[in-house]
Amino acid sequence: MILGIDTSLGTSAAVVERDGVVRAEASSPDPLGHAEVIGLLLEAVLTEAAFGPIGATSAATEVELTHVAAGMGPGPFTGLRVGIAAARAFALGRDIPVVAVPSHAAAALSVLLADPFARVPRFAVVTDARRREFAYSVYDGLDDDGLPRCVAGPALAPRDAVDERLRELGAERRDVATVSAAMIALAAARAVAAGRELADASPLYLRAPDVTMPSGPKRVGT
Amino acid sequence: MSEHEPLVLGIETSCDETGIGIVRGRTLLSNTIASSMAEHARFGGVVPEVAARAHLEALEPAIRAATAEAGVALTDLDAIAVTSGPGLAGALMVGVGAAKSLAVSLDRPLYAVNHLVGHIAADILTGERVEYPTVALLVSGGHTSLLLVRDLVSDVELLGETMDDAAGEAFDKIARILGLPYPGGPEIDRVAAEGDPAAIRFPRGLSRASDMADHRYDFSFSGLKTAVARWVERAEATGEEISVPDVAASFREAVIDVLVTKALDACQRHGVPRLLLGGGVVANRRLREVALSRAEAAGVAVRIPPLTLCTDNGAMIAALAAELIRSGRPASTLSFGADSTLPVTQIQVAVSS
Ligand SMILES: [Zn+2]
Repeated sequence: MILGIDTSLGTSAAVVERDGVVRAEASSPDPLGHAEVIGLLLEAVLTEAAFGPIGATSAATEVELTHVAAGMGPGPFTGLRVGIAAARAFALGRDIPVVAVPSHAAAALSVLLADPFARVPRFAVVTDARRREFAYSVYDGLDDDGLPRCVAGPALAPRDAVDERLRELGAERRDVATVSAAMIALAAARAVAAGRELADASPLYLRAPDVTMPSGPKRVGT
Repeated sequence: MSEHEPLVLGIETSCDETGIGIVRGRTLLSNTIASSMAEHARFGGVVPEVAARAHLEALEPAIRAATAEAGVALTDLDAIAVTSGPGLAGALMVGVGAAKSLAVSLDRPLYAVNHLVGHIAADILTGERVEYPTVALLVSGGHTSLLLVRDLVSDVELLGETMDDAAGEAFDKIARILGLPYPGGPEIDRVAAEGDPAAIRFPRGLSRASDMADHRYDFSFSGLKTAVARWVERAEATGEEISVPDVAASFREAVIDVLVTKALDACQRHGVPRLLLGGGVVANRRLREVALSRAEAAGVAVRIPPLTLCTDNGAMIAALAAELIRSGRPASTLSFGADSTLPVTQIQVAVSS
């Protein structure tokens, strides 16, 4: 089983079986407060996962986790880091590996799996990147491993330029306000099964740290 | 869990040091510190976003290094401890997220504690007998606080703190004015060695008789900073040759004079013949010298833990949690956050009922 964690938008945690069956999912839509809720959400999904798939009423059995899947963003940095730190620490505690998943890939998977019979045209997952910018990634269907095929991004675009950018990329815009940790875990399960890596181990910040360089000694006057 | 000798891992990420400490009761097993100080050097001060990014990357290797050094497995731990505040919010959140997750992963109790009280707890790890009550002077780039500690786990009172810059910050800013690199403390110390501390009489902040009613134990370094800047500008304008060693030594003396005077005044007024020094500025040799000689004259015993326990570290956080466990305190719940302005009276946060 895989524990999924994402804090790129709200805070979400889930336990998913390797074949995709969701054991438990819990989330908080609050765009702040990631550090406050992460522990309770993890505790909740682990407790619930012991009773079998959602809706089942099995007796409690041990939840044997094999991986921790971490949503790597893009997303507001302060919150995003809480989930990645939590994923790494949890994996360390259990001595299991972390699987890095772009948060937009999980959002794309949600879109593509919503109706398995629908033919979804090329689309862009668009999330708020603050400072009047959006983050976007363009996806074109599922590949043979059952993973969203990423054709552009993740990248940033100014708020009033994003539509033009997506038109050039031939992608329909899909604004996303939450990322499901179950989809993070499912993407990780499919990546592990296919022996693929979806992201490297660094957070998808997309921006250099914000610093104001001191401009030499300040004159104070006399 | 061993109530008497609990094995605790402490996580500290309140500023620019990622500290992982492991203690068994009052015995230090590892004090692993990864610092992002070098990354801040070109900015002349700690950049919060740079510090937070560095914490995220340093945490896992630091935990691995600490357990290896201590010769323990994570599954051996009795409890996890973490700094909840005060400090830089975004930096604290990295540690809080990791600590909660590690506690859930290992199914161990979590103790969320106060960074400043952690500095006081560091003294326990020296292996020497520590007595209370004591006055504690904590001076670093992030804080300047004067505390009265009657009991480490239940009674810590804030006597005063800085109203503007922390003392360490003042050193950094004056170093920049004098064209010295970051961090400013060691640079000023080095240059000041050749200077005359009495060459220039810089102001002592909040030390006038009129300040005594409301700010007897508070500090202010912004007026001093302005005075040094003005002095340098005026000297430059009149073409006077500036003795950097004299300016550095006189500035340093003004900072240290205020720190030590107020700390010893607190000892006297509260009838406490003990003073504990903590925080990174303790690395300043002149501060230690002045504190020791003036305390001796005042009949006050000074305790100065080794520097690696004075700068921000995870061992002090683990040590404080171990003391809380030894005194029978329940763990913290999982519902707390980073509190950048956590008052010192809150030694542990989110105590479960
Ligand atoms: Zn400190």
